[in-house]
Amino acid sequence: MTHWIIAPIILPALLAPFIVLAARYHIGIQRVFAVAGTLALVVVAASLAWQVSDGSVLFYRLGDWAAPYGIVLVGDRLSTMMVLLTSLLALFVLLYAIGSGWDTRGRHFHALFQFQLMGILGAFLTGDLFNLFVFFEVLLIASYGLMIHAGGNARLRAGVQYVLFNLIGSTLFLFALGAIYAETGTLNMADLAERVALIDPEETVGIRLAAVLLLLVFAIKAAVVPLHFWLPSSYAEAPAPVGALFAIMTKVGAYAIIRVYTMIFHPGVDVTAGLHTVWLLPAALVSLAIGMIGVLAARKLDRLVAYSVIGSMGMVMVAIALFTPTGIAAALYYIVHSTLAAAVLFLVSDLVRTGRGDLSLTPQPPAGGAALTAGMFFAGAIAMAGLPPLSGFLGKLLVLDAAFDTTLMTWIWVVVLSSSLISILGFARAGSIVFWKAHAVELDATAEPRTRPTPLAYTAVGGLFALLIAHTVFAGQVHGYTTKMAAELFQPDAYKTTVLETSGKLSKPKEEN
Amino acid sequence: MEFLVASAIGILTAGGVYLLLRLRTFPVILGISLLTYAVNVFLFTSGRLRVGAPPVLRDNIEVYSDPLPQALVLTAIVISFGMTAVVVMIGLGAFLGSSDDHVDDQPEDEAEGRS
Repeated sequence: MTHWIIAPIILPALLAPFIVLAARYHIGIQRVFAVAGTLALVVVAASLAWQVSDGSVLFYRLGDWAAPYGIVLVGDRLSTMMVLLTSLLALFVLLYAIGSGWDTRGRHFHALFQFQLMGILGAFLTGDLFNLFVFFEVLLIASYGLMIHAGGNARLRAGVQYVLFNLIGSTLFLFALGAIYAETGTLNMADLAERVALIDPEETVGIRLAAVLLLLVFAIKAAVVPLHFWLPSSYAEAPAPVGALFAIMTKVGAYAIIRVYTMIFHPGVDVTAGLHTVWLLPAALVSLAIGMIGVLAARKLDRLVAYSVIGSMGMVMVAIALFTPTGIAAALYYIVHSTLAAAVLFLVSDLVRTGRGDLSLTPQPPAGGAALTAGMFFAGAIAMAGLPPLSGFLGKLLVLDAAFDTTLMTWIWVVVLSSSLISILGFARAGSIVFWKAHAVELDATAEPRTRPTPLAYTAVGGLFALLIAHTVFAGQVHGYTTKMAAELFQPDAYKTTVLETSGKLSKPKEEN
Repeated sequence: MEFLVASAIGILTAGGVYLLLRLRTFPVILGISLLTYAVNVFLFTSGRLRVGAPPVLRDNIEVYSDPLPQALVLTAIVISFGMTAVVVMIGLGAFLGSSDDHVDDQPEDEAEGRS
């Protein structure tokens, strides 16, 4: 049993209090420790991903208690890939926050950032539902702090909405957990998978209720229409680096749906039959459409990016809702792409804000550093709208291909293709207003010179672009890997046997022999 | 007893949901508190209701109640308590900043946001 799998949780959990207690007044030391810690996270995450790339499952029992009784951490291909994605994203977002000076505009940015990472990584690695709840709360409470970082009325008001919406979500989550525990007597995912299959078909009211409640909770996190109302204001009002980091938070919801609804309530289970095709798929299609229409209708650049996040989550959920191995493989490919693309766009919108002072989509004199920023916006928009040559196009193609054999193929193709067109229009309109029409506006001679973003800020965005390009160039390998991942998700025997049959304290006697 | 506890959970939840829909910070926070009380009782009962049965092993005792929901409830209480404190602080900050305690966006905010 290797101890490394708990490192992604322990490392930020130790670093954050250290930053608060020891380096409180020294932003330089905070930055050094935060970057060093995140770099170490990237290394650990990469080695974990490497260890499970042959299909083995990493498993950790806290306190050595055996599985259904003790708390377990499980790392398979899916969770380690998400951990790696999170830590890479966090590294570049952190560099951007340092380069743009966002971390000095309020207190405790770095400590909250580490706690946020702890929550997200824990949610990916945990093997039981109650700890999923606990890690959700950890990441949420850190995100409340990050969301209102640097203060301001608009941000605080958006923060109240965000916190209240998520509190309601947490309460629903607890109701779902209570119902599941009352029905099955366990909250360990592998154990649940076994027990749900044994429930008497006559007495499935409680477990059905729990399955739907859980889906609602995860859909709130993943911002699926009609549960998306918290997202536009809070992502748009949050500081840009925080918005970029939040790009992974919607994916936590998607991850939880994939994990729970392939392992516990998989499509073969009678109690939840129809939940995905009848409810999740139409909701996902509507969120795709609404997100992209929001892109076209937005009057500020940050709102536009927030709506594009809803749209791309809709795309992810369409692929997930197919609940076929090809669909899940496409969804996983698209999740990586959409996280990176959304983060790039949030950071680029902040570059624009640095250069021209505000983000409203009205012609204004050229922004500082406009040429490079415009280039980055162009590339980011191509990625998000799903035009060739970047990975958005490949991801969309994979989703369309996965939907080809389904009964709802016409609907999916129509919505995906037309919403792509709408989002292209939306991004083209925004880009031409912000960057091209700027040249037609007379520059006020008395105005202060426009500030330019710092080189480090550009480097951080460039780093995310490098990841996007790598994701495109190695699309074959990545998709091959996500296909294996999807196969593993639909045949979770390795996961279940590792969790349930590794002996520890309190194991059944036959396993101790 | 089951009926009493179940109706208590139901009433708390109904009151909580009603208060949530008031869309002012203070009632909404009260509503969330009621909802968390309801969910705590609900979690507590998920291990079945039993009177006079200890959750820890002792000699000469045959009937036990399930200790796990009690641990879950403790975690849930701590978390919801902390969250309520956070939302009270953020809500107060937002109210003092804009002298308005509506939770949803107001029309003039929209106009301001779009200007």
